Amino acid sequence: MTSLLEYLPGFVYASWLTLQVTGLVILVSWVSGLVAAFGKRSRWMLLRIPSQFYVWSVRGTPALVQVFVVYFGLPQLGINMSPLVAGVITLGLNSGAYVAEIIRGGLMAIPKGQYESPIALGLSHFQSMRRIILPQVSRIILPSLTNEAISTLKNTSLLSSITVVELTFHAQIVIARTFQPFHFYIMAAVFYLAMTTVLTQLSAFLERRNATNS
Amino acid sequence: MIPLLQIRNLRKAYGPLEVLHGISLDVAAGEVVAIIGASGSGKSTFLRCLNLLEIPTSGEFIFDGTSVDYKEDGINWGREKRLRWLRSQIGIVFQSFNLWPHKTVLENIIEAPITVKKTPRKQAIEEAEDLLQRIGLAQKRDEYPSRLSGGQQQRVAIVRSLAMKPKLMLFDEVTSSLDPQLVGEVLGLMASLARQGMTMLAVTHEIAFARSVSTRTIFVDGGLIAEEGPSEMVLNNPQLPRTRQFLNRALSEPHAATVI
Repeated sequence: MTSLLEYLPGFVYASWLTLQVTGLVILVSWVSGLVAAFGKRSRWMLLRIPSQFYVWSVRGTPALVQVFVVYFGLPQLGINMSPLVAGVITLGLNSGAYVAEIIRGGLMAIPKGQYESPIALGLSHFQSMRRIILPQVSRIILPSLTNEAISTLKNTSLLSSITVVELTFHAQIVIARTFQPFHFYIMAAVFYLAMTTVLTQLSAFLERRNATNS
Repeated sequence: MIPLLQIRNLRKAYGPLEVLHGISLDVAAGEVVAIIGASGSGKSTFLRCLNLLEIPTSGEFIFDGTSVDYKEDGINWGREKRLRWLRSQIGIVFQSFNLWPHKTVLENIIEAPITVKKTPRKQAIEEAEDLLQRIGLAQKRDEYPSRLSGGQQQRVAIVRSLAMKPKLMLFDEVTSSLDPQLVGEVLGLMASLARQGMTMLAVTHEIAFARSVSTRTIFVDGGLIAEEGPSEMVLNNPQLPRTRQFLNRALSEPHAATVI
């Protein structure tokens, strides 16, 4: 039992790295998701078609294959990235496709009058989006975004296959040394569960706060 | 004196379907114009064209002596800016209030003055409080719209437009979605605005309101102005059979409110 406790700090540290990677991935996914969501709604084909292609191709292929294409495939074309950079970009763009659909759904859920009233008062399209529409959208999509964040966190385990030292890869390293796969995979699972639980609680808290303010 | 608003031969088509077939209208400062007509006659579309929420297909649009180039096609430098300038001076109130649910009453009112007119926040708040005082909703300042009755929401929506100090106010069937007992307070506010000299155009089903408040009434039928004139003339002694027919039907409707 002492041997297990000995490994706790290592798992804590690996979890911290996993959280950092997740944070970066979420950042990339929100930016690409926002761009693609508005791209798909655009009047201009030059924005609409690439956005549609992006969402369609990303959602239709496995994340693991996407990671392999970027990390193992692109170097063949002369594009080299560190495992971490490749992992963050790929998972970020992957999650971004789902985030785009979530945002698009949120935008569609806002009544037409909410789009009209700020414009009628003289606000620009950008101002009405930022000040009137998106704050309402963010409340609607918060639960779905949390789900997506939880998926993202779990998906970072895929990066163990390209040697990013996150939680799963750390567990594999420890197991290679100790030959105790049961204990240490369970330990990794418990750490994932702790992190996703915190995320769920955070989202529930935000939802409650929003509910009282409207 | 140049009219505040001059509309010449305004047309609006959705694809091949033309709904406004050339409407011309002058509105002088201080006038209160009621626009009546059956649903589908194009009266709401016309009103929405007046602050360019709907972009007319053709027609001349002169506001406050300035011809507004609203054309969408081709390169039209500064169009967005012109539209925003126009909209900041022409207020519109909708049937469905459209208050912003995530902002308090006060935040709803000060948003446009601060964002569009760059009014200092402190001044915007003072003016908003003053407006709320006048409609007797000062104590609702920090409430969210969902906590207000329909009549209160609509009055806040009117005040939200007034906070921009518009030169012209448009009302698009603003009492149609209200419970009958709440109609009076909204019409009352509109009547008091009219008395203070606000220039107003109101699409309305409230014939009693048109009769007592508006100086002129326009009957729109089939995308055209069928009949217009001083309200007492159009409403009491219409010239066209279809105007008479419409009025008879409108006045016999049970909900026609008379509370002003």
